[in-house]
Amino acid sequence: MMGQSLELEPEPAASPVRHLRRLVPGPAYAAVGTLVLLVVANALFTPNFATASNLWNVLLQVSTVTLAAVGMTLVIATGGIDLSVGSVMAIAGAVASVMLGRGVIVAVLAACVVGTLVGVLNGTLIATMRVQPIVVTLATLIAGRGLAQVISHEGELVAIDDATFMSLGRGHLGGVPAPVIIALVAVGIAVFLLRATAFGRYVLATGGNPAAARLAGVPVRRTLISVYAASAFLASIAGLIVAARLGASDAAKIGQSMELDAIAAVVVGGTALSGGRATILGTVVGALIMQVIATSVNMLLVPYAWSLALKAAIILIAVYLQRPRRV
Amino acid sequence: MTTSLASTATPWRTLGQHAVSLLRRSGALVALLAAGILGTIRHDVFLTPENLLNVLRQNSMLGLVALGMTFVILTGGIDLSVGALLAVAGVVCAQLASHGSIIAVVGGVAVASLLGLVNGLLITKGRIQPFIVTLAMMIAARGAALAVTGEQSASLGSSAHSLVWIGRGEIGPVPVPVVLLLLAYAMGWVALRYTRFGRYIFAIGDSEEAARLMGLPADRIVMTTYALSGALAGLAGIVLAARLGAAQPVAGTGWELDAIAAVVVGGTLLTGGQGGAGSTLIGVLLLGVIFNLFNLEGTISPWWQWVLRGVFLLLVVVVQSRLRRVPTAPTSSTTPRSSVPSPAGRSPARPR
Repeated sequence: MMGQSLELEPEPAASPVRHLRRLVPGPAYAAVGTLVLLVVANALFTPNFATASNLWNVLLQVSTVTLAAVGMTLVIATGGIDLSVGSVMAIAGAVASVMLGRGVIVAVLAACVVGTLVGVLNGTLIATMRVQPIVVTLATLIAGRGLAQVISHEGELVAIDDATFMSLGRGHLGGVPAPVIIALVAVGIAVFLLRATAFGRYVLATGGNPAAARLAGVPVRRTLISVYAASAFLASIAGLIVAARLGASDAAKIGQSMELDAIAAVVVGGTALSGGRATILGTVVGALIMQVIATSVNMLLVPYAWSLALKAAIILIAVYLQRPRRV
Repeated sequence: MTTSLASTATPWRTLGQHAVSLLRRSGALVALLAAGILGTIRHDVFLTPENLLNVLRQNSMLGLVALGMTFVILTGGIDLSVGALLAVAGVVCAQLASHGSIIAVVGGVAVASLLGLVNGLLITKGRIQPFIVTLAMMIAARGAALAVTGEQSASLGSSAHSLVWIGRGEIGPVPVPVVLLLLAYAMGWVALRYTRFGRYIFAIGDSEEAARLMGLPADRIVMTTYALSGALAGLAGIVLAARLGAAQPVAGTGWELDAIAAVVVGGTLLTGGQGGAGSTLIGVLLLGVIFNLFNLEGTISPWWQWVLRGVFLLLVVVVQSRLRRVPTAPTSSTTPRSSVPSPAGRSPARPR
């Protein structure tokens, strides 16, 4: 009885503000501030930045990274990491291009299934064999890139000429590009899952303290496998979009170093690599920050090399500002 | 009756336990020997000095990078920037080549180790995770290499004979890169086993908090490992530039992953505190020999080689994690296996 009453005792709230911040889990304020600052500065100083066509272009380009990064956020929330997303994108593109002869639906389904299976493999090895996520997904990154090449007729560029499939990357719905809509839907579902479902609680509990989560009855294995499967599924869709936009499956190029872009978006957005804490909207903000920088640097004709230095600095500064305070 | 039962069971059990403990301590070595035997049986050219030296030479640069990575991983960190630092060192070396080979080599290694030190500073003093710091360094250093060279490959120049010797020369029958590799590993092995620096690294990898409380200069040691990783990556970059006769700003792309793979295959744990230089050399050689076997086989397309490499890596780490969970103590045969605690997959055995 004593213990029960102790457990029920609410923690003393330090200050109303901190209490509010805990109640409203949102993207890190530093990240949102940075994004606003970047957009305003660009609107003022970069010619043609604040045009409708350019802003749509930013959203279109950010959509694939966002898809991969949303999955990555879930994985990182469990304390893991998924290096294989880029290879999964290539696999999905390759499978779709090869299967297009049997109809668009079959091709898309097959691509998603094969891609997701890679994630299930990742998750199973991580959850049941207890191999470290970075090692498992590194192995599937290597094997997956090779597999994508094998599938696309031993490394050929497979052209895609199916109008329906291409609309996945080039189509519009009420003026909004299809990839943007797909990314928005994915973001919406992920936010809902993380905030309002038991699955979301399981994800955060697993990342916070796996041993405690297991003891508390959280299906840790199932959660881990689902999370890696979700990451791979979202990466597959991103791969389909890229293939549709390219009009070809380029197994060597699709998704190349996407894992790093996705991780960068996640950490810039305020999700800690240590797990247990996650913000999907923060990740979207993070992806937007990286894309706005890339676009503006491009429009200002800054050399590519210097844009890389800028990217690195942004990642470091964002993470530095959000690092946990030492107790 | 019980004694007779025990006596019949014991030889088998101890034999099995010996095998398991050998596998656990050096599973990669067993795999390397198996691959070597397979190669010897299938291909006459495999066991010739030319072929073996060739394997060593081809893997010397990755070996140097992986050695630095081993130091970093032993402290519980990771260094994703090695591939980019390799390129930076090559580029710096090419820029300085006209001032003499020694200045070029020292300059290249110095710049790379300085950037490694920056990694270490940001990690220890800035308290940012190694993964993120070195990811940012990887992006920035690659950018710097591209900017300095104008995205072109930079020739070492025709006068740089002694520089080119580092990559293509031979001391007796042994290629210079192989000599460098073996020297570096010998030094790394001694440093990890017999010096205070090495002991501190293991202590920090086991528990940084405990190491700190014991009064070890944890920050300084960690910074040193990142500087060392940068320096070795730099040396690898110079060897690569010397072999090619030119420094390429895109050199070493993806090498961080190959190096991590070699370290892991060798048996060093990514959680830190367990492993060593010898393990990593075995890991590098194992991956190298397997690649060599693919080539000798000649019928496996490069894409299938990628697939097989990934599958092989998976197989090795899965087997390693299984073996680590088998009980160590010979007397524990009566306890059910499920009761053996192995939260982090760590066995108490460590090189001493």
